[in-house]
Amino acid sequence: MPAEQHRLLTGWGRTAPTAATVVPLTEAAAQSTLKNPGERGVIARGLGRSYGDAAQNAGGVVLDGPAHAMLRAFDATTGVATLQAGVPLDALLRAMVPLGWFVPVTPGTRFVTVGGAVAADIHGKNHHVDGSFANHVTHLRLATPAGERTCSPEEDPDLFWATLGGMGLTGVILEAGVRLLPIATAFMRVDTERATDLDDLMARMALHDHRYRYSVAWIDCVTRGRALGRAVLTRGDHAELVDLPGRPHRAPLQYDPHTRLTAPSLVPSGVVRPGTAFLLNEAWYRKAPKLRRGAIRTVASFFHPLDGVRHWNRMYGKSGFLQYQFVVPFDREDVVRTAIQRLTAARCPSVLAVLKRFGAGNGGHLSFPQPGWSLALDLPVGTGDLPRILDELDVVVVEAGGRVYLAKDSRMSPEFVPVMYPRLSEWRAVCDRVDPDRVLQSDLDRRLALRRGRWKEP
Amino acid sequence: MRDALGAVQSVLVLGGSSDIGVAIAQKLARPRGASVVLAGRDAAALQAAAARVRGAGAGIVDTTAFDADDVDSHGELAQKLFAQRDYDVVVLAAGVLGDQAAAEADYREAVAVWRTNFLGCASIAMCVAQHLRRQGHGTLVVLSSVAAERVRRSNFVYGAAKAGLDGLAQGLGDSLVATGARVIVVRPGFVTTKMTQGRESVPFSSTPQAVADAVDNAIRRGSEIVWVPASLRLVMAVLRHVPRVVFRRLPL
Ligand SMILES: Cc1cc2nc3c(=O)[nH]c(=O)nc-3n(C[C@H](O)[C@H](O)[C@H](O)COP(=O)(O)OP(=O)(O)OC[C@H]3O[C@@H](n4cnc5c(N)ncnc54)[C@H](O)[C@@H]3O)c2cc1C
Ligand SMILES: NC(=O)c1ccc[n+]([C@@H]2O[C@H](COP(=O)([O-])OP(=O)(O)OC[C@H]3O[C@@H](n4cnc5c(N)ncnc54)[C@H](OP(=O)(O)O)[C@@H]3O)[C@@H](O)[C@H]2O)c1
Repeated sequence: MPAEQHRLLTGWGRTAPTAATVVPLTEAAAQSTLKNPGERGVIARGLGRSYGDAAQNAGGVVLDGPAHAMLRAFDATTGVATLQAGVPLDALLRAMVPLGWFVPVTPGTRFVTVGGAVAADIHGKNHHVDGSFANHVTHLRLATPAGERTCSPEEDPDLFWATLGGMGLTGVILEAGVRLLPIATAFMRVDTERATDLDDLMARMALHDHRYRYSVAWIDCVTRGRALGRAVLTRGDHAELVDLPGRPHRAPLQYDPHTRLTAPSLVPSGVVRPGTAFLLNEAWYRKAPKLRRGAIRTVASFFHPLDGVRHWNRMYGKSGFLQYQFVVPFDREDVVRTAIQRLTAARCPSVLAVLKRFGAGNGGHLSFPQPGWSLALDLPVGTGDLPRILDELDVVVVEAGGRVYLAKDSRMSPEFVPVMYPRLSEWRAVCDRVDPDRVLQSDLDRRLALRRGRWKEP
Repeated sequence: MRDALGAVQSVLVLGGSSDIGVAIAQKLARPRGASVVLAGRDAAALQAAAARVRGAGAGIVDTTAFDADDVDSHGELAQKLFAQRDYDVVVLAAGVLGDQAAAEADYREAVAVWRTNFLGCASIAMCVAQHLRRQGHGTLVVLSSVAAERVRRSNFVYGAAKAGLDGLAQGLGDSLVATGARVIVVRPGFVTTKMTQGRESVPFSSTPQAVADAVDNAIRRGSEIVWVPASLRLVMAVLRHVPRVVFRRLPL
């Protein structure tokens, strides 16, 4: 067993590093560190794909999930897989796709763990049809400071719904039951279209998203003026056998994604700048067909195009980047426009901006998705007025009844959390029950005061 | 915690009534209404400083007693301060200018300058570093001086102490690599504050606000050494290589 290590950790954005004692996550390690936590507490970590400081614990212990993780059991009649929390979705897909099963929800990268997927209650391109990860979790087994707990929507539902979206602060997830999705092929049948501006895009999405299981739009965030918000919309479904060319297809369930490139480790800050962002946006838009129906694509190219380049986050250089993702109700499309307008006007370049329509939310106390428009923008830090603009956008989002995604956040002001997440006090009550001495701690929690009043008054 | 864009939530100023220290606290506290603790000797001066920091949009502002010269108290003081909360930034701004002529006449004057500017500051810096290492994050900002880069005839007593402190701060910074904590060494030229009151302003002079802006920038960018104004870096790069025979005659 690899020994514990003292090292610096950051999230995917590579900002605000802090040091922690990193211990491989085993059931024994979880139990013993929760019992004897040291003064700065414990948090679990998956593959560190949250953008900010959610999986960091300065000066404390970080339990490293993927170190020893496996698929425990699979029931082919119900489709429920019992998984150790550290299992990466990448490993799960490699094991299950050839057998005809898919993950119920996948984010834009397959390098996240089941624990991270639960703790952030992640959503995918199918949110409008299938909801978020929580909707497919049958049970959880947790190590909490108050002892081991099993929970599900029926058994201790409060703990279950506090944990889905609870950012690791309700306990260390040891195991999850996840209902998988049966598929006939490892391919996607995809329609691609270009939208000329934001109104055109939103109209297309509102009209026809329901016809597809998966839908997402990539928005050009550099072009200003009349074509503001021009976009490429890709939507699709799992391909059936009949959709594949050259019937009978030789290996309809073959799945073997690989990374082709590795980004160099020493990129100077500022490679992603207004100029380069413009070129990338332009190229992406021009490359997309105006309209193309029924294209057959691999799972990897449809869901995880960025995973083709290992460590692509290094392209943002030493000072790193952040992602700003918010959701606002359907009648507040104007907020999406405002966000894009303000950021482009201030020349804060976004290389990636992703628009998505969310369906119904779930019972997760801190779960992010709610019905409406979700916009996610990757932004290099250190450009222009970014801090101020994002602070102002927070206000706009809050006033519209929206919220910012905690798994992506690395800079929000704590005062907004109770407004964005009105069930925060319910969540805190569950935390107080399973962790009365506040053993579970993370930098995210310290920064956003999620559990409130951490500091003793002087 | 310091966030991805460099905004911080808690600041400790050692030498809490320092004009430069107050300006830094004001600048750092503004974006997130950070809580601030001002530590120093003169209670009334600290209260006045606290009011200025509050006025700039800080959250809770407290004051506490700290005497750089009383090194025996430093361990306990740091312990007490860090038991209450984490500090994202600690600013070490205590210092005296001293009287060069008096120090040349009476060595005890010189010792007093060194006691505060080197021994006292180095001592509290060591204590603070230990706590930053333990908490796994945080920035120690050490007010050195352009006088540290090359000690001058006209104020070598002060300059020697600053040179010592500057070296200590750099070594401490190196010792903290990969601990999550870090040290920023700040080397201002002449700054118009109560320390320099009544003295004639010289070329490359600046203001406490300019120092604060530079420190804020350094925290965001992760710089290790900051010159204020920035152009001093180049000036000193030249001056440090001027031969002694010439240097000692320069009107600096
Ligand atoms: C390129 C890219 C695309 C993305 N796309 C999407 C997307 O489309 N939709 C979406 O929802 N998210 C998306 N994300 C965010 C990502 O899915 C989440 O941040 C996810 O939580 C990361 O999982 P992880 O295993 O890396 O967890 P980490 O980032 O390591 O940790 C995230 C949180 O999970 C907690 N955690 C991890 N393991 C455990 C455990 N065993 N027990 C308790 N708590 C635990 C941590 O404490 C932390 O709070 C994307 C991220 C990237 C980098
Ligand atoms: N001003 C400049 O031109 C300049 C240039 C380069 C570097 N610096 C450095 O910047 C720092 C701040 O200086 P400043 O310009 O802001 O001057 P300042 O306003 O005089 O601040 C210095 C502070 O140090 C405090 N202090 C002195 N001795 C102390 C002790 N023994 N214990 C605790 N506190 C003590 C003083 O407080 P009390 O006396 O009220 O206790 C005073 O508030 C100093 O280190 C200085 O050397 C200044």
